[in-house]
Amino acid sequence: MAVRNLKCRECGTEYPLEALYVCERCFGPLEVDYDHSRLADGGIAELRRRIQAGPQNIWRYADFLPLQGGQPGPSGRLASRVGLPAGCTPLIRADRLAAELGLREVWVKNDAANPTHSFKDRVVSVAAARARELGYQVIACASTGNLANSVAAHGAALGLESYVFIPADLEEQKVLATGVYGTRLVAVKGNYDDVNRLCTELSAEREWAFVNVNLRPYYAEGSKTLAFEIVEQLGWELPDRCVVPIASGSLFTKIAKGFAEWREVGLVDSPDGRLPRMNGAQAAGCSPVASAYAAGHDVCRPVKPDTIAKSLAIGNPADGPYALEEARRSEGGIDSVDDDEVRAGISLLARTTGIFTETAGGVTTAVLAKLARSGSIDPEERVVLVITGEGLKTLDAVRGSFEVHAIEPSVADFEAVAADGLSEAASSAAHVPSALRSSRPGLAQLSTAAAAR
Amino acid sequence: MPVTVKIPTQLRAAAAGDAEAQLDGDTVQEVLEGLFERYDELRERISDGDGSLRRFVNVYVGGEDIRFLEGLQTPVADGAEVTILPAVAGG
Repeated sequence: MAVRNLKCRECGTEYPLEALYVCERCFGPLEVDYDHSRLADGGIAELRRRIQAGPQNIWRYADFLPLQGGQPGPSGRLASRVGLPAGCTPLIRADRLAAELGLREVWVKNDAANPTHSFKDRVVSVAAARARELGYQVIACASTGNLANSVAAHGAALGLESYVFIPADLEEQKVLATGVYGTRLVAVKGNYDDVNRLCTELSAEREWAFVNVNLRPYYAEGSKTLAFEIVEQLGWELPDRCVVPIASGSLFTKIAKGFAEWREVGLVDSPDGRLPRMNGAQAAGCSPVASAYAAGHDVCRPVKPDTIAKSLAIGNPADGPYALEEARRSEGGIDSVDDDEVRAGISLLARTTGIFTETAGGVTTAVLAKLARSGSIDPEERVVLVITGEGLKTLDAVRGSFEVHAIEPSVADFEAVAADGLSEAASSAAHVPSALRSSRPGLAQLSTAAAAR
Repeated sequence: MPVTVKIPTQLRAAAAGDAEAQLDGDTVQEVLEGLFERYDELRERISDGDGSLRRFVNVYVGGEDIRFLEGLQTPVADGAEVTILPAVAGG
């Protein structure tokens, strides 16, 4: 396998592939180190074919993921072996969103289409599989909600016990969609950063696999699969820019790492030598990374979160310094939007694409809109908007944002009360929708070869 | 005034295997100085060259991050608990 060892991102000290996450010398984060030098020995076309013939989930990218035994199952069908099949979510061209923003080419990567409706299924799939390789019987996490859903569900699928720690004020939908899987759910009186501190302490006391603490080096690698899928779905091409939400900064930096790894191996060309510009999105009520970016700092000052975007409410972001580095290196940026803009972002995405996202997606969409309106994006760019979670998990954000017309069951009452304001199209029986055509015909979609077997 | 310092697993090898230490001091800085005098190796693990904390080290007094208090000058009361933890978890 291509996995070599763990390595400190700060000082380069190497460690064995165990449940370790911190360098004992300098306290820097450990990352998985790979040797990809032989991967393309059979040629790039062969490597691409191998990926395309893989399962319709993240394990098609097993060569780039940190399991020692390779992909955990052949097809993603056996839950007790592979858990829930994460990934291979739709990349949808959003021409009406682009038109509204004055852009030419916007794609939405809809990661709400994962088994527990957020991108967290990618990282948990990897961490849970690695936890099994290391012999753990219990998986656990500190969560702002989406991770809670995913850890509880993966525990159930794999037959592992799980402990899920959440802030006590979490949205009810996320609490219900966690407890149903039979996990041990612990609501901590405090914010996410308090939960995280508690779990960091507990990870030293319990023989558990805390997916985002002692298994964090493996867990974080799962986010690279978002970059891999985007490249594959664009026909082995890079986008010009990605807009991605930032909580801890791990997703943001790992998507960039995914693009860089594939360019290094040769799976994707970059004719102008550029990797995608990375734009980070935060809510103004919890924007330690955006604030540090604006101030020109290279570390983040922690904040006490106060925002409706609870899945992004990390006041003390572990990968903040690396997110800042990546935004500057790629000539992207990091911006924040207030809660009203977040609600407007949810609505904008919903009415132009039919995708209902949670508050985090509202943050990301609102930042894209802000960048477009300020002229920061060249209208000719190909932009990917990364939507990380499902709107049904944060219903309060849209409550009261539209009118429901209550009528008696009669045509007369309908005409009197609700028919006003219908568009000409809706009033006419002869309406024919105009087809929106891609300007890049023939884009390869994910191979269906594996599914067809 | 005795204060309890909780030492994370990653630093225990450099602290004679101890998980906690009782130390005197009126501020976090004084307590940490006492810790470094007792376990010399800990100084370079936790502090950077100019005496401030390394960027991936978090210190808490009574569960609160000292960056929300007065940093290294945060006062510590008799019987307080000072916790040192890695900053790279979560998310």
